[in-house]
Amino acid sequence: MYTFRHGVHPNERKELAKDKPIRVIKAGKTLVYPLQQHIGAKAKATVKVGDRVLVGQIIGEADGMISANVLSSVSGIVKAIEDRLVVGGQKVESIIVENDDKYDAIEGFGVERDLNSMSKEEIIKAVKDAGIVGLGGASFPTHVKLQPKDPDKIDYVLVNGAECEPYLTSDYRLMLEETEMLIKGLRSMLRVFPKARGIICVEDNKRDAYDKIKAALAGVDNIETALMKTKYPQGGERQLIYAITGRKINVSKLPADAGVVVDNVDTVVSIGYAVCKSTPLLRRIMTLSGDAYNETANLNVRFGISYKEVIEAVGGFKTEPEKMISGGPMMGLPVFSLDMPVSRNSSALLAFAKDPLTGLRETNCINCGRCVKACPINLVPTKMYKAAKAGNFEEYIKLNGQECITCGSCSFVCPAKKPLTPYFSYMKFAVRGYLNSKKEKEAKK
Amino acid sequence: MDMKLNVQSSPHIRDNISTRLVMLDVVIALIPASVWGVLRFGLNAALVIIVSVLACLISETIFNMIVKKPNTIDDLSAVVTGMILALNMPPEVPLFIPVVGAVFAIVIVKMLFGGLGQNFMNPALAGRCFCLISFAGPMSNYKSALSVDAYSSATPLVLLKQGSEVNLFDMIFGYTPGTIGEISAVCLLIGAVYLLVKKIIDLKIPMVYLISFTIFILIFSGKTTDVNYILGEIFGGGLIFGAFYMANDYTTSPITMLGEVVYAVFLGVMTGIFRLWGKSGECVSYVILMGNILVPLIESITIPIAFGKEGK
Repeated sequence: MYTFRHGVHPNERKELAKDKPIRVIKAGKTLVYPLQQHIGAKAKATVKVGDRVLVGQIIGEADGMISANVLSSVSGIVKAIEDRLVVGGQKVESIIVENDDKYDAIEGFGVERDLNSMSKEEIIKAVKDAGIVGLGGASFPTHVKLQPKDPDKIDYVLVNGAECEPYLTSDYRLMLEETEMLIKGLRSMLRVFPKARGIICVEDNKRDAYDKIKAALAGVDNIETALMKTKYPQGGERQLIYAITGRKINVSKLPADAGVVVDNVDTVVSIGYAVCKSTPLLRRIMTLSGDAYNETANLNVRFGISYKEVIEAVGGFKTEPEKMISGGPMMGLPVFSLDMPVSRNSSALLAFAKDPLTGLRETNCINCGRCVKACPINLVPTKMYKAAKAGNFEEYIKLNGQECITCGSCSFVCPAKKPLTPYFSYMKFAVRGYLNSKKEKEAKK
Repeated sequence: MDMKLNVQSSPHIRDNISTRLVMLDVVIALIPASVWGVLRFGLNAALVIIVSVLACLISETIFNMIVKKPNTIDDLSAVVTGMILALNMPPEVPLFIPVVGAVFAIVIVKMLFGGLGQNFMNPALAGRCFCLISFAGPMSNYKSALSVDAYSSATPLVLLKQGSEVNLFDMIFGYTPGTIGEISAVCLLIGAVYLLVKKIIDLKIPMVYLISFTIFILIFSGKTTDVNYILGEIFGGGLIFGAFYMANDYTTSPITMLGEVVYAVFLGVMTGIFRLWGKSGECVSYVILMGNILVPLIESITIPIAFGKEGK
């Protein structure tokens, strides 16, 4: 079985939602589409207030090398273009559409296409037009991934089905329910990289999904499956690439530099729909789980629907939550308002009656080394933490602090309950600023 | 919906472990050896343990009061220090000695350097060595009120130095003279297995220490084929106690994985040198303290290579 070194074993809690089939929820009256739902440049609005938009229509156009289209997921009238709050806490220019409940779609929407008759360029264009970005969390524009500097070097296309975050079950459900489309998506990618082998990588706590995919692949020769050990962060890009191919990349490299393209399950399914069924990315699969809900669920949610409406769709709260998380508990963002739209990185919405962090007391570091043994990047978190606290950037850089993937494993295992990962997240930006100002100073000399 | 939600940076869940639980497990692991020591040596041994633990708790409390800091004894680390200090004392030691050792361990070695996790030496061992130097006589008198067997006060290490045979059964099960906690390898190993199962310790430091020591004496003792001698050296003195409970003390052992190996090999070799050519057979405590002092140096040269940075 494939895996990486170190890592942690948080309580999985996937049983809460794993047997809930994906169900589609209805969109409400108002939908909000932030123009920045991806890494890279903000999309440029292509509609004006008062315009009528259709399902699948591009309302924000990719602007620049690394950017992605934003599409309307309903039909209706553009009511406003204004700044709206998003999960990260920023206000982002957003297009607000009033739903007319007609769901009139753009021309050609849903038309079946024969993959074998499509060229590489057509596939990449379909992916770009569909506004597909990585749905695993980082939201990197997928069409950019499909056009690496040296496409001939790519010899692996990996589908990340690790879903190593606790509670999350949306990728698991997709692998079970959309096996066909997952394989079609991967086949589309393999047409772009004809020299590559496609591997669908699944953690062994999702054995039934693995078996189903394996059975569906009988007779397909350039796609394989790989079973990985259940361990966090098995789905981290660098960990996954290492586990499957034995290749190692660091922060200054892209997977393509190691000859690998990695995409998450939902992303690959979306590629399948975009390429083979002319259906752009208008929705994402979300897991609603946690003890504060009346009901846990895996939902097919149109982008733009507010969190509040999503929660109403599962019957609201059983108890008022003290903590809500957008994404998984290890790397997700805390939610502070429900008046926010579901966007491309909303992989889950977890609600806990009791904040698991309440009552934890920070004590002295006892140098136990648990963080060192947990770190998948081979760092020494406690030393990085001390350097970060002291504002010692040089020491932090020397300790390879910039390699940190902020997976949270060190904070998770720390018996002294030190806020290790939060410091490292901050240092990622602080060190970048420090290095830039250092460069400027040197340039002046 | 007007909800108040907690907002913190990720991760939002934590493992069910705390410093206090770690310390509690070490206390539990030390119980078999403590009970055996009391059964073997009698009332004074029990008093030494109780007095030592109390002295540690009280001196930490008073220190915190003086420096106006919140009391920290609820992390149970003072209990661990008190127990290890007591288990390193001879059974009939006058009770003021563990008190002196405890105050030295807690106040000088631990609290003055910033408290738990900040000390550069193992407090209990430093306290013990302080007492060994200050009260050489009572600290090396292993006569016991209850032990009436042939060995009376000669510890196995003394016998080995004289070139006599030792009774391995007595050494492993704990019928020889020695300090309160070190005599029974079986009791110590039961506790060590508990700590291993609970993942409080791992085998790296203890095993590398024991193996490098064994290899060293196999090569240099000139008694390579003398099984009684070799096993006597391994189970004699405080080696097992030191290897599983003191050398791998979190705070005073290296945090890097390669560093752990370097440190343990250093301990093994130094223990071998002292055992073979030193005057006193008892050297594990001193060797571990020496190793403790080298830890910052060892750590600084054994920072692991980050993932994906190999060959650069």
